[in-house]
This record gives sequence, structure tokens and C-alpha cells, in this order.
Amino acid sequence: MMRRLIPHPGLSMLLVAVWLLLANSFSAGALIVGIVVGLALPIFTAPFWPDRPRVNFGLGLAYLVLVLWDIIVANFEVAAIILIRRNRDLRPTWLVIPMTLQTPEAITVLAATISLTPGTVSADVSACGRYLLVHALDAADPDAEIARIKSRYESRLLGVFA
Amino acid sequence: MIALVAEIVVSLMIVAGASFALIGSWGLVRLPTLMERLHGPTKATTLGLGGMLVGSVLFFRLDQNLWSAHELLITLFLFITAPIAANMIAKVHLHSLRAGDPPDNAGPAGTPPPPPGAADWATYEAPHRDTPVATSET
Repeated sequence: MMRRLIPHPGLSMLLVAVWLLLANSFSAGALIVGIVVGLALPIFTAPFWPDRPRVNFGLGLAYLVLVLWDIIVANFEVAAIILIRRNRDLRPTWLVIPMTLQTPEAITVLAATISLTPGTVSADVSACGRYLLVHALDAADPDAEIARIKSRYESRLLGVFA
Repeated sequence: MIALVAEIVVSLMIVAGASFALIGSWGLVRLPTLMERLHGPTKATTLGLGGMLVGSVLFFRLDQNLWSAHELLITLFLFITAPIAANMIAKVHLHSLRAGDPPDNAGPAGTPPPPPGAADWATYEAPHRDTPVATSET
């Protein structure tokens, strides 16, 4: 019963928080509307969330801080490439990253992280869900780049979505 | 005195943010092909917009004495939408490569290698039977 009414407690809490931030004030009325939205939306979008991902929020927060830092570094790196490097010196390549992650939620977070961090954009996932296609702007050593993504992001995400 | 420091910090953040947005747009112009051009807007512009939004938060806090949270939400939505937009453009590019575009459109990286194993990249496959109705055509 409880499971059907609140299929995704984490998503519901996030929606309430987003609603309060949208209202830009903390009042009883905004809180009640926020709770209604937070309860109703997960029920109506249930077909898109067949499983409930188990998220370790502490490790998730640490991961968020790491990614925010990497985004700042990525911005400087890409800005330097755009301003300084000549086009013929660039070594763009496709990377095929084998994944240990299994759940769609974890793979989505990994793909979004890759798109936001240094010199890589994720393009597609294989139909079997075990490989990620990534385009690197400037990879001198594709294998080292794959190893970096796996050790820096994927190993941490394995802990977040344990 | 505090007002002066606040103004200097806020204007520094806004100018830094605007510079990153400009560099990102310049990357869109000067990088060689579509896949390389995707890198400019997904990264340089996130910090560009981020810098301007931090400037906005600081302005409301120090100058107007208000807490403003809308900037946080804009950042959140930007981090959600930027990778998805880039992903969609990359997928269209994959399809146009397979549809037989002139080979030099593939750019210096060439066409993507197929994944190991029997399955192809997901965008080339027809929708599966158990995907939710709203996401597939049949």
C-alpha cells in the first residue's frame, strides 16, 4: 500500500525541495502544494521508473562535490583548447567504455557526468547496456582516458548505487 | 566599504561568466566538425552561466539583503538539460553517418567503432517490447 502511494521517496523529497525553491519562500501553502506535487508526479510517471534505485545519499553528495570541481577544471581545459590549440593538433577519437554499472539510473548519471567533464561527450549506449560510446575532444592515449573515467567516476558510482 | 567590495566581487563574477560563455560560442565557430563543436557548449558555457548566477546570488544577498534560490534551480536544470541536448545531437549525427553522408562529414575522429558483442549501439535498434508506451512509437 505504502509502496504504491510513494513509489519513489527520494524523488518525492527532491520534488518538494524544487517546488519550495521555485516559490522562493517557505510558507505553509507552498509546502502543502509541494507535497501534493511530490506525491502525484512519481505516481503519474511510474511507467518510466520501473525499479526503485537504491541510492547512498552520503556518497552521492561526495560524488556531486567531486563532479562540480571537475566541471570547473573542465571549463578551463576546454577554454584553453579552444583559445590556444590549432585544429590540426587536436586528436579527437571515439572511446568505447565497457561498464560494470547495470541499472539505467546509474548509467544515466555516468553519461551525464562524462558530458559535463573534461573533453568528453557521451554519444550513445549499446543496446545490451554494457558499453558507452564517448567522443573525446583531445585524447593522446585513449586507453588511459577510458581507465581514468572508470576509476574516477564509475567506481564511485558503484558505491552510490550500491 | 562592504558595498564597494560586494560590487567588485559581483562584477568580477559576471565578467568571468560572460567571458566563458563567449569562449564557448567561439569554440562553436572554430572547431572543425560537429562532434568537436559539441564540446564548446556543453562545458565552457556551464561555467559561463554558473559564474553569472553566482554573481546574481551575491548581488541579491549583499546588495539587496535577500536570499535568492532561483539561481540554484537554473543551475540544476542546466546540468540536467545540457548533456541530454548534446546526446540528442550526437545521436542524430550517428544516424546521418550511417545514412551515407559524405565520409568527410565524419570529421577527424572518423565513424564510431561498433560495440564488442552482437548488439549494436542503442540508437540504431528498434524500440523493445517492454519499453514504456510513451517512449516508443508502437
